[in-house]
Amino acid sequence: MTAHLPVLQVIIPLLAAPLCALARRGRIAWGIALATSWTTFWIAIQLLARVRSEGPISYALGGWAAPVGIEYRIDLLSAFVLVIVTGIGAVVTPYALKSVEREIEAAKIPLFYAAFVLCLTGLLGITVTGDVFNVFVFLEISSLSAYALIGLGQDRRALTAAFQYLIMGSIGATFIVIGIGMMYVMTGSLNMADLSVLLAELGPNRTIVVAFGFLTVGISLKLALFPLHLWLPNAYTYAPSTVTAFIAATATKVAVYMLLRFFFTIFGVVFSFDVMQLDRVLLPLALIAIVTMSLVAIFQTNVKRMLAYSSVAQIGYMILGISLASVTGLTGGILHLFNHALIKGSLFMAMGCVMYRVGSVEIDAMRGLGKKMPWTMAAFVAGGLSLIGVPLTVGFISKWYLILGALERGWWPVAALILAASLMAVVYIWRVVEVAYFQEGPGEDSSIVEAPLALLIPTWVLVFANFYFGIDATFTTEVAGAAARSLMGLVP
Amino acid sequence: MSPALTLGVAVVLPIVGALIILALGKWPNARDAAGIITAGVLFALVLRLVEPIRAGLRPEYPVLEVLPGVSLSLKLEPLGLVFALVASFLWIVTALYSVGYMRGHHEKNQTRFFAFFALAISGAMGVAFAGNLFTLFAFYEAITLCTFPLVTHHGTPEAKRAGRVYLGILLSTSIGFQLLAIIWTWQLAGTLDFRDGGILAGTASNGVLSVLLILFVFGAGKAAVMPFHRWLPAAMVAPTPVSALLHAVAVVKVGVFTILKVSVYVFGVDLLGTLASTMWLAWVAATTIILGSLVAFTKDNLKARLAYSTISQLSYIVLGALLANEMGIIGGGMHIAMHAFGKITLFFAAGAVLVCAHEKDISRMHGLGRTMPITFGAFFVGALSIIGVPPAGGAWSKWFLGMGTLEAGQVGLLVVLMVSSLLSLVYLLEVPVRAFFSAPPEDAHRGDGIHEAPWPVLVAMVITAVATLALFLYPGPLYELMNMVVN
Repeated sequence: MTAHLPVLQVIIPLLAAPLCALARRGRIAWGIALATSWTTFWIAIQLLARVRSEGPISYALGGWAAPVGIEYRIDLLSAFVLVIVTGIGAVVTPYALKSVEREIEAAKIPLFYAAFVLCLTGLLGITVTGDVFNVFVFLEISSLSAYALIGLGQDRRALTAAFQYLIMGSIGATFIVIGIGMMYVMTGSLNMADLSVLLAELGPNRTIVVAFGFLTVGISLKLALFPLHLWLPNAYTYAPSTVTAFIAATATKVAVYMLLRFFFTIFGVVFSFDVMQLDRVLLPLALIAIVTMSLVAIFQTNVKRMLAYSSVAQIGYMILGISLASVTGLTGGILHLFNHALIKGSLFMAMGCVMYRVGSVEIDAMRGLGKKMPWTMAAFVAGGLSLIGVPLTVGFISKWYLILGALERGWWPVAALILAASLMAVVYIWRVVEVAYFQEGPGEDSSIVEAPLALLIPTWVLVFANFYFGIDATFTTEVAGAAARSLMGLVP
Repeated sequence: MSPALTLGVAVVLPIVGALIILALGKWPNARDAAGIITAGVLFALVLRLVEPIRAGLRPEYPVLEVLPGVSLSLKLEPLGLVFALVASFLWIVTALYSVGYMRGHHEKNQTRFFAFFALAISGAMGVAFAGNLFTLFAFYEAITLCTFPLVTHHGTPEAKRAGRVYLGILLSTSIGFQLLAIIWTWQLAGTLDFRDGGILAGTASNGVLSVLLILFVFGAGKAAVMPFHRWLPAAMVAPTPVSALLHAVAVVKVGVFTILKVSVYVFGVDLLGTLASTMWLAWVAATTIILGSLVAFTKDNLKARLAYSTISQLSYIVLGALLANEMGIIGGGMHIAMHAFGKITLFFAAGAVLVCAHEKDISRMHGLGRTMPITFGAFFVGALSIIGVPPAGGAWSKWFLGMGTLEAGQVGLLVVLMVSSLLSLVYLLEVPVRAFFSAPPEDAHRGDGIHEAPWPVLVAMVITAVATLALFLYPGPLYELMNMVVN
């Protein structure tokens, strides 16, 4: 049984999806989704524990050995990402029950959960697999289900947002499959470990260079690296609250994982950074993303949209860490992957609570909520502090490593920019705080009271995690550090 | 309880106090009593730490490791003890004063007020006992955030604006400069611990360390060294007890304390003396001293005048640290205590005038001394200490600071200290002189309603005024503690 955990990680949600779709009632579908998300979370924890004690796990699908068969390969990085994705899933699913009942019509709820579980399948599949074509397949599963989930938003603009994402996402996926195809043409292999050996023997062949280019653009589109982020703000703004919280905390993270996998494991650090000089592309884009997107966030009137732009900026932090191409920088990037999932998850979930009671997440709708929904707004403030990077929150830990990485390279202007962007985060978070706490709500609307516990508890679980992993970051830094060392080709 | 554990308890106790205050919110008398008792217990705890320090012990209380090599840990040393003693003692007095003030002034949301107040004190204890730069920074930021609701207590548009300035300047300097300096220090020295003799010597060139020092001095925005001083006058919209304890003692002293601590335990006095930027920064502090005093002159609003006076006086301490000699450090450390007692007395008196006579402007305080003699008497004593003349405690710290400037061979700086004292003589004594010796203005619609302040306010004021005088007569223990810092 335990030997099959890698495949169960993907099979269970895959099988749960049709079950959800078959369920006649929303609550039954929700129950199935809940059981699935908690089971996958449990499996992910088991896998991480095993990888930490025994090293990477290789699983031959159907007993066909690699490189002929499909290999599922779980190393420290993938196990860590699995824990993030399933952990967010496990917290968001209980939250979904009430939020989804409020925002989505009853007939569609079973289908919603089917798409939700499929999306989870895709994200987990990308993370466990050791086969590049399999990556593409799971990417399509997660993307297609994500388009559907986003399109279910209450606002009709959700449809255009989903369509926009569909177009951009498909272009990205096409670029990725073209890149994979070129690699296959040159090497005749799709297995990652195999590819890394064959590509190293082949050297910087022109086809491989072009494949590298296609993959860079395709993955950058998926992870919403500036300036390929245009699909993201609308998608996050108009998607149902649950979907925004889930996708914001997981989908882009898995895309960043893909980036790490392709550039570090398959192409190798030497090829990616010394030959192709990827950092010269990624670093400026990351810095531009961090500064301009934080600035844009300040001027948003819709809080979900504001947080969406903030996400693009935060993705910039992760890419910045990666482009430093050092153990410290990479540790910072991987840590921020985890930490940002906690931060944005809690912030979007707090906004979901507001949506549930107030029906709007425009900044004007927040007036007086400090008194009317004290726990919700306190969660928002706590998540905001973490986003800013106040000490003893997870945001601080990421920033610590990123700045340290920049200083190690002697790039102190980069360090200064990271800090400047934190101050911009203070501005946009505090705009909401001021409206919520210093402005009186319009009249006495007695229907606006504190959000139900079913929403508050999951939100506060994530808020608590923000502080827990900020106060005792030894576990996350150890795992991220070891993953970074192995990606850099050093002995962990 | 071992001294190490006492450190931890001293940080946690005010948090527990805040929770009790919240729980007792419905019973104002019990709530306020809980506040005063917490403060009293805290002071008693801190007092117990004097003996171990005298015995030469430096107990440590490691809380937990946050990152590999970076931990939350508390450590007792004399400078921190001085600060903790001052802050915890004055908290008792302020708690008493607040009861009279908040009720006399009919303030709203008193429970929230007292709870956040206690949290801010917890932050101050954390800073005082911080064992490394990370711990100090964490509590430093906590104080900023806990005092924000206090500054914006009234919730008016004015308070909101002031809150923006407050948070804006304090967070920009701490995140922009101080955090950068801390991470840089970590990268250079590989540790963030406070150690005798410093940790930075020989780790980088003079130029790099000079830049680092600049980052640290401006990064401690709470020290209000110009041009990062605007938050302090802005914070005066807060209720007077906040201005008194937090913006004359706890918060601002956290800033100068950080600079002193970094000077002594991160750079080390010897290294500090050799850096290119030290004297340059000392002159920035000197400029702040003079400009602060000059601006104080122009302020008719009493609290605003006191705020600028504080800005000026804080830079005395910064200057003391940057003189990089024993006398300067001793003088700076003693001035933390001396200025605290003097300035809190002044603010207490200002608050009393506000509550009883509803006057904020100095030009309208003519003749008030006749109805409020104790208030203005206390003000007079506090003013003497700030000016630095006997029989008030401020005389000693200024004496040592003056000696420090001479030892550093900077006669120019001595002149600055003298001129500033003269300026403060004029702008501070104007208040009691007007109150005692001028007739009330004719247009003042003062009925017979004006009387002395409520008794808790008076008691608090008298205690701090007497303490100010006592510090002149018995500066010995304080000097002894500060002497342990440099030797």
